[in-house]
Amino acid sequence: MTRGKPWAWVVFGLAALYFLLPLIATVDFSLRIRRGTYSLDAYLNVLADPRFQQTFSYSIFIGLTTILVGIFIVLPAAYYVRLRLPQLRPLVEFVTLLPLIIPAIILVFGYIRLYSSSSWLPLLGWQVGGQYIGGPILLTFAYVALGLPYMYRAIDTGLRTIDVQTLTEAATILGANQFAILAQVILPNIVVAVLSGAFLTLAIVIGEFTIASLLNQQVFGVYMQNVGANRAFEPAALAVISFVITWGAMGMIQLLARFAPKTARKE
Amino acid sequence: MADPVQTGPAMPFWRRVRSGLSGGTLTALLGVAPFVAFAILFLILPTLGLVVQAFVGPDGGFTLQNIVDLSQPQIVSSFSISLRISAASAAIGAVIGLIIALAIIRGKLPESIRSTVMTFSGVASNFAGIPLAFAFLSTLGRLGLVTVILKTVFGIDLYRSGFNLLSFWGLTITYLYFQIPLMVLIIAPAIDGLKKEWGEAAATLGATPYQFWRYIGLPVLWPNLLGTLSLLFANAFGAIATAYALTGSSLNIVPILLYAQIRGDVLQNPGLGAALALGMIVVTALANVIYLVIRARAERWLK
Repeated sequence: MTRGKPWAWVVFGLAALYFLLPLIATVDFSLRIRRGTYSLDAYLNVLADPRFQQTFSYSIFIGLTTILVGIFIVLPAAYYVRLRLPQLRPLVEFVTLLPLIIPAIILVFGYIRLYSSSSWLPLLGWQVGGQYIGGPILLTFAYVALGLPYMYRAIDTGLRTIDVQTLTEAATILGANQFAILAQVILPNIVVAVLSGAFLTLAIVIGEFTIASLLNQQVFGVYMQNVGANRAFEPAALAVISFVITWGAMGMIQLLARFAPKTARKE
Repeated sequence: MADPVQTGPAMPFWRRVRSGLSGGTLTALLGVAPFVAFAILFLILPTLGLVVQAFVGPDGGFTLQNIVDLSQPQIVSSFSISLRISAASAAIGAVIGLIIALAIIRGKLPESIRSTVMTFSGVASNFAGIPLAFAFLSTLGRLGLVTVILKTVFGIDLYRSGFNLLSFWGLTITYLYFQIPLMVLIIAPAIDGLKKEWGEAAATLGATPYQFWRYIGLPVLWPNLLGTLSLLFANAFGAIATAYALTGSSLNIVPILLYAQIRGDVLQNPGLGAALALGMIVVTALANVIYLVIRARAERWLK
């Protein structure tokens, strides 16, 4: 049993102070909406606000769509790169790093210029039955881009822990087609890895502001910014809620890691 | 679908193409197609489009005027503030993050503390944007907990002594909340990679702890430190939501200026907006290229 060196405890204490104070202060502030007493009214105000409910459920919807689209784009690519096209690996890995290199605001600026109603592909003004669906579609793809580095890494790590070659051959001999192999053999085997990529994506996009705001999408992040500009105590309540969500998503990833297959083939 | 033909890199290209098209490679290319289409439509074309537009004048012809116009005072000052905030939050975040990582690993703190710190770092490095601004307003804003306690208990009036959360240092302190954890997450594996034998060997040869860090520890960690520094820099340079929620548009940093430009063409020149975007791309791309190159070189020590 090591007890730790004194200087290390001092560093830890100072760090804990810096990181815990804002959390304590935010919780404290969120409870002070009534003069002289603590109350949960700020939270009740937020939760009862129809705009909170709308924007939050819309964000969840976009987040889940993002995850599904992300899996559809990343899983086949990562699978075939591993199985048949290893020469493409450096290129694919570079592309998955692009969203870390290109700031989100540049990405959305590019979308607005490229897909505006006067361009060759006017995605932004796309309507179906009087509903503008161009905005939600672009928002989803932008979020897929934000999550791409994490989704790709999660899925690729998952594929590394299973024997892709043997599973594919076995499924082929049993008469499965390519789609069945991916959906019914590979995916169930790496579901833990996919889920950890999914939760990370959710944590990133659930409170996102910049892209949604510039695409005029009423998501949770835009709602938070609005509340922040107009109210005093409710923003603190929203910050606490956001922190709990982020913590929950990260906690799920930690929890999932325990269920990851331990019988991995060593490379 | 199993392809009996060997398709290794040793084969001539034409044979690989022929055997590939006859076998499963076509399916494989179809499988990669959604990824490629996504990358082209939603990553590469939008960015390239902006880069091209930065060199197009109002008449539609090639021009360098937009780049020249970046020298107007408002834009120069926004780049200067952005670069300074990013550099300060990256440098301070890297040093503090390194010290924390050293404390939990080399300082032999209990395993439970180490795993708590790492989990918390994962959460905090993702806790950015609007809620982070709210948290710091509740802490160091005019009515924030720390501001009030300092005033009533210690008699220190932060705001009268010149501090303002909506300023260079205010924003830097706020950014540190995600910069430090990111540093801890990235540098901890590198510190783990410092083999125990190196320390023992150095000690056997009579090295003091200072000499160990001066001649072995830091030189091994150095590429990682530099690389992470540039990653933190790019991270802060592209961030906008926190600053926007804290300061509205009162703090003139590049992403906020660009945000206002996209919203309402405040620069009154679409080409100049694209040039501003190009400036941001160049800065973050440089920082990231430095990170990737250094990381690739650093990895050989950590095998």
